[in-house]
Amino acid sequence: MGALSIRNVTKRYGATEVLRGIDIEVEDGEFLILVGPSGCGKSTLLNMIAGLDSITSGEIAIAGRVVNELSPKDRDIAMVFQSYALYPNMSVRQNISFGLKIRKVPHDKQQEIVARVAKTLQIEHLLERMPSQLSGGQRQRVAMGRALARDPTLFLFDEPLSNLDAKLRVEMRTEIKLLHERLGATIIYVTHDQIEAMTLGDRIAVMKDGVVRQLATPQEVYDNPADLFVAGFIGSPSMNFIRCAVAQGDGRLGVQLHEGSEGSEGFFFPAPEPMQQALNAWTGREVILGIRPEQITDKTAYSGQNPNVVTRLAKIEVVQPTGPDTLVLIHLNDTPVTCRVHPEAGARPGQPATLLFDLSKLVFFDPQTEKRIA
Amino acid sequence: MTGYERTHSVGPHRVGRVIVYTLLILFALYYLMPLFVMIATSLKSLDEIRAGNLLALPREITFEAWAKAWASACTGVDCSGLKGNFMNSVSFVVPAVVVSTLIGAFNGYVLTQWRFRGSDAMFTLLLVGCFIPFQVVLLPMAQTLGWLGIANSTLGLVFVHVVYGLAFTTLFFRNFYVSIPAELTKAARIDGAGFFTIFWRIILPLSPPIIVVCVIWQFTQIWNDFLFGVVFSSGERQPITVALNNLVNTSTGVKEYNVDMAAAIIAGLPTLFVYIVAGKYFLRGLTAGAVKG
Repeated sequence: MGALSIRNVTKRYGATEVLRGIDIEVEDGEFLILVGPSGCGKSTLLNMIAGLDSITSGEIAIAGRVVNELSPKDRDIAMVFQSYALYPNMSVRQNISFGLKIRKVPHDKQQEIVARVAKTLQIEHLLERMPSQLSGGQRQRVAMGRALARDPTLFLFDEPLSNLDAKLRVEMRTEIKLLHERLGATIIYVTHDQIEAMTLGDRIAVMKDGVVRQLATPQEVYDNPADLFVAGFIGSPSMNFIRCAVAQGDGRLGVQLHEGSEGSEGFFFPAPEPMQQALNAWTGREVILGIRPEQITDKTAYSGQNPNVVTRLAKIEVVQPTGPDTLVLIHLNDTPVTCRVHPEAGARPGQPATLLFDLSKLVFFDPQTEKRIA
Repeated sequence: MTGYERTHSVGPHRVGRVIVYTLLILFALYYLMPLFVMIATSLKSLDEIRAGNLLALPREITFEAWAKAWASACTGVDCSGLKGNFMNSVSFVVPAVVVSTLIGAFNGYVLTQWRFRGSDAMFTLLLVGCFIPFQVVLLPMAQTLGWLGIANSTLGLVFVHVVYGLAFTTLFFRNFYVSIPAELTKAARIDGAGFFTIFWRIILPLSPPIIVVCVIWQFTQIWNDFLFGVVFSSGERQPITVALNNLVNTSTGVKEYNVDMAAAIIAGLPTLFVYIVAGKYFLRGLTAGAVKG
């Protein structure tokens, strides 16, 4: 029995279908991320799990109990909001104990819980302050404290880090992950930030237009995206998509490419062995080839004898150093392609450079349906 | 306030300042003139008024006119001053202000935090209420009060003013609560608080700034109202505004300007008092901690 079951849940507002049949099973102690661009329905789904919004059809069960008709307070959940939603007229202590007070927990017990939670989150020194006297990060901690005090079956996080500055966001990310490991709590976490999704989640549900496009572990989503949207959404800089034709060369199937604009000398990338079968039906037709920037690099660090790695000379157009890596832009099939090279490679704009293409992780998409082919 | 650049007074700038201040002072004097005349006249004896200049300071200060206006001036046939009417006004203004403010707060809470199908349409309809002139509702209101059996009573006046004031108080509170993030109510619901608990424990404690605005507005409106007072009350239940009118229009021989002036000031004092006292509590940014800083 899982902590949360979402079965064929739909939601419509009038004629607009916001969620179209969502199915998600969450194990006890799992950290599930709902990620997607704004308007994909992820926050609506979270609100529906919380009971703040009604379900049009389908079923939601928390710890095996169907909660469709239960009000938020009876669902054994706690929620952390993007705007923190601290009660401005109450001190930190009162904020944390408000839910306990409403539930008529004895006063000594309340104080005990507040003390424990404050210790866990290291906000003991803030207990008597008002929310307006706290910084963003501190407010976020208090908001989490309020959730922890309740010790619920399910924690819901609604973009909790979006209002923090970049540095604090990374710090709090680590803390949330630590907290999850320490408490073993079940967490449903909504974000639009793919890095947060990758770093925090046990599994990620990538959503778009009210549909879960892919539900898998972060690495699986990254390496084996189910469709063009997932491939482009997860990963930064984003995966390169190149339109090209499937062709035959050296007895294998692969793609026909040319550098720069039309008319220049073409070349052939053979697809790795496991993909041959699936590409068979596409011979001579156009597909979308996906290749991540880090799969096109320079030879500085390369020493292995991978048969799937091929070398090409390409003209570099733009160089963007990021510190650990340098992003360089080349053109393949009239499409700008980002490559991630080592800073020591000394890439210069306008100069040709030898680049290594790792073809083992190539992905192919149907240009019409945008579904994965291989 | 860091964004403001301090400009040093140089040539033309300083001249502008002088002109602005001169104009402001002139207008302030102009507007204060009637008040000055009222106070000065109310402190003079009748002989001095007849003999002297309207703008002159009283030679001899006497509070006789004030005493008379309060306790023994004639408003029609009754000669017991304004004190009874003053208490009349207090007795319906206070409950009317309190009730209309509370209901307004409650309406605002429902319209913003518990949106329902048609809540915006409902709000628009309420808004229309702000544009209905007093005169239009006189007859239907008289009828309604008769049906309810509270015609010509203090309760009736409270009812009239509450109903008429609701459109305004709802507007005030609705527009204030719209800026309270909906997440606050959501968080409280998850914490287990119900509809009324959220109102009393979370929303009302955030409301002092708008309560002050609403109370000032409602108090001024209801205290200064003449039309509802003259139509829906009579005799010894009349509010002070009606009594003041009667007092000024009741002439038994000599026109007692000093008593009229004192009575007018007495009638205006409570609203002045509310402005001075409540104005201090215009607190702002109480919700600053609720949303991102």
